Amino acid sequence: MLSFLFRRTALAVLVAVTVLTFAFVLTRLAGDLAIVIAGPEARAEDVEAIRRAYGLDRPVVIQFFDWAWRAATGDFGESFFFRERVSTLIWQRLPVTLTLGVVGIGIALVVAIPLGIIAALRENTWIDRAVGLVAMVGQALPSFWLALLLMLFFGLQLGWLPISGTGSWEHYVMPGIVLSFSAIPALMRLTRAGMIDAMSSDYIRTARAKGLSRSSIVLKHALRNAAMPVVSISAVQLGFMLGGSIVIETVFALHGIGFLAWESISKNDFPTVQAVVLLFAVIYIVLTLIADVANAVLDPRLRAS
Amino acid sequence: MRVLRNAGLAFGALVVGSVLFCAVFAELLMPHDPFAQDLTRRLLPPFWMEGHDPAHLLGTDQLGRDYLSRLILGARISMLIGVTAVIVSGLIGITIGVIGGFFGGRVDDVVMFIITTRLAIPLILVALAVVSLVGSSLTVVVLTLGLLLWDRFAVVARTTTMQVRTLDYVSAAWAAGCSRAWILGREVLPNILSPLAVVATLEMALAILLEAVLSFLGLGVPPPLPSWGLMISEGKEYMFFDPWVIFVPGITLFVLVMGINLLGDGLRDMVGASQVR
Repeated sequence: MLSFLFRRTALAVLVAVTVLTFAFVLTRLAGDLAIVIAGPEARAEDVEAIRRAYGLDRPVVIQFFDWAWRAATGDFGESFFFRERVSTLIWQRLPVTLTLGVVGIGIALVVAIPLGIIAALRENTWIDRAVGLVAMVGQALPSFWLALLLMLFFGLQLGWLPISGTGSWEHYVMPGIVLSFSAIPALMRLTRAGMIDAMSSDYIRTARAKGLSRSSIVLKHALRNAAMPVVSISAVQLGFMLGGSIVIETVFALHGIGFLAWESISKNDFPTVQAVVLLFAVIYIVLTLIADVANAVLDPRLRAS
Repeated sequence: MRVLRNAGLAFGALVVGSVLFCAVFAELLMPHDPFAQDLTRRLLPPFWMEGHDPAHLLGTDQLGRDYLSRLILGARISMLIGVTAVIVSGLIGITIGVIGGFFGGRVDDVVMFIITTRLAIPLILVALAVVSLVGSSLTVVVLTLGLLLWDRFAVVARTTTMQVRTLDYVSAAWAAGCSRAWILGREVLPNILSPLAVVATLEMALAILLEAVLSFLGLGVPPPLPSWGLMISEGKEYMFFDPWVIFVPGITLFVLVMGINLLGDGLRDMVGASQVR
């Protein structure tokens, strides 16, 4: 177990370092950063001044190691656009995105698990097919379009929910619903497959033979075994969802990390873009690490590979 | 059940077929010039609403451009993005996956590391950043999506190659003294193609959705090209008074993606590629 833990953590660190490099290279795609920062009307001496001020006149390798070392300690420098420490910006905005992510994955689990169970218990009936269709619709709906439809219906038509902003819990309902759609299909299919597997296993036959009630068999025996992969995949899904929050936060004007990312990309604010790419990647890496380790603790067979 | 499955496959084929038809023959099908503006005839409603103009079946947009014509040309953009992104990502992903699955050992460790790293990189964020830095154009969008969307190709190619590698006909080819290149190209690759075809449909749907997202956020296909995502984005400001401006391109986008997915699902059942999800 210790060796598994060590190898898995080493992999996570290695991936994080690679993403760190990637985030640096990404912002050099534009060519000369100083020209981009200075803007189209800048004179040559302005560009030169900016180049010196931001340390862009140093060799790229030095710039990289300097940036990477600071980034590793949580210092991403100062934002060009907001004129503030990038780390301060991120700490201010992180709660919004995390709330959104938790609401989203919460809604997704509450919808996906019961539907998956029902589909599995009624395998190959029209109910099963209907649930499959729901998953397919969920997968095909463009998130930003769904967001606009919800705004029109719940915001404008019925006037139940606010259409943008962050003031109260109501502001998280529609964005949370939209975000949950990206995770529901996968979670539902996984629950269904896991339940079908579990229901045909020997321990369920034993439970039936003992004369346990149907609800006890389904909820206590089958679900407990089917739920394990669902829990670990939902951690991975949460990582993906936070990355997807950029669209939803932009549409609903939720001032979280996704919105910050959008603002910094459109304003060529490189330090912030780098930091946000890295932040989302690290959240994903940590979540998958936790999921893998949790699985290995619960299922010793996984440790071997 | 079988009937339902086949109905899904037929529906998918019909949708994808008609969108492809529109994409190829756009010039012949468009009733008007999709770029011609007429500011006196802005936001005319579509045919099912009061006050429509029979000359503009789906109405006009905020600049008085014919909505149906823009929708038809938009089909070309979506299909172009979908097909090209799948080719680029397929080439990358299948190469990486087959190498990992075939050679195993240290090589496979490296391949797994590359796949894991790709998955850790936030997709939409990086695509937006790249398009913003390099400048938005159709080519940039296609290449960015192609270079990012290969992960599922790689995962499936790797797993299926591993399964095929140990089968008798591959062992027989080794025993017959076939070269490594022959075995890869003639024995392994043809036998992993059907699950990869299913992946291709999934990735095509994803590429089309992502293009729409990028264009919606203003960093995809540049205006005045009528990408469906861009049409929704432009219509967004007018949706509170004329909600149909976002309904029309949104529904076509949704139906196309749904059609591609249904096609993929039908394909999966036909070829029995249950390892793809």
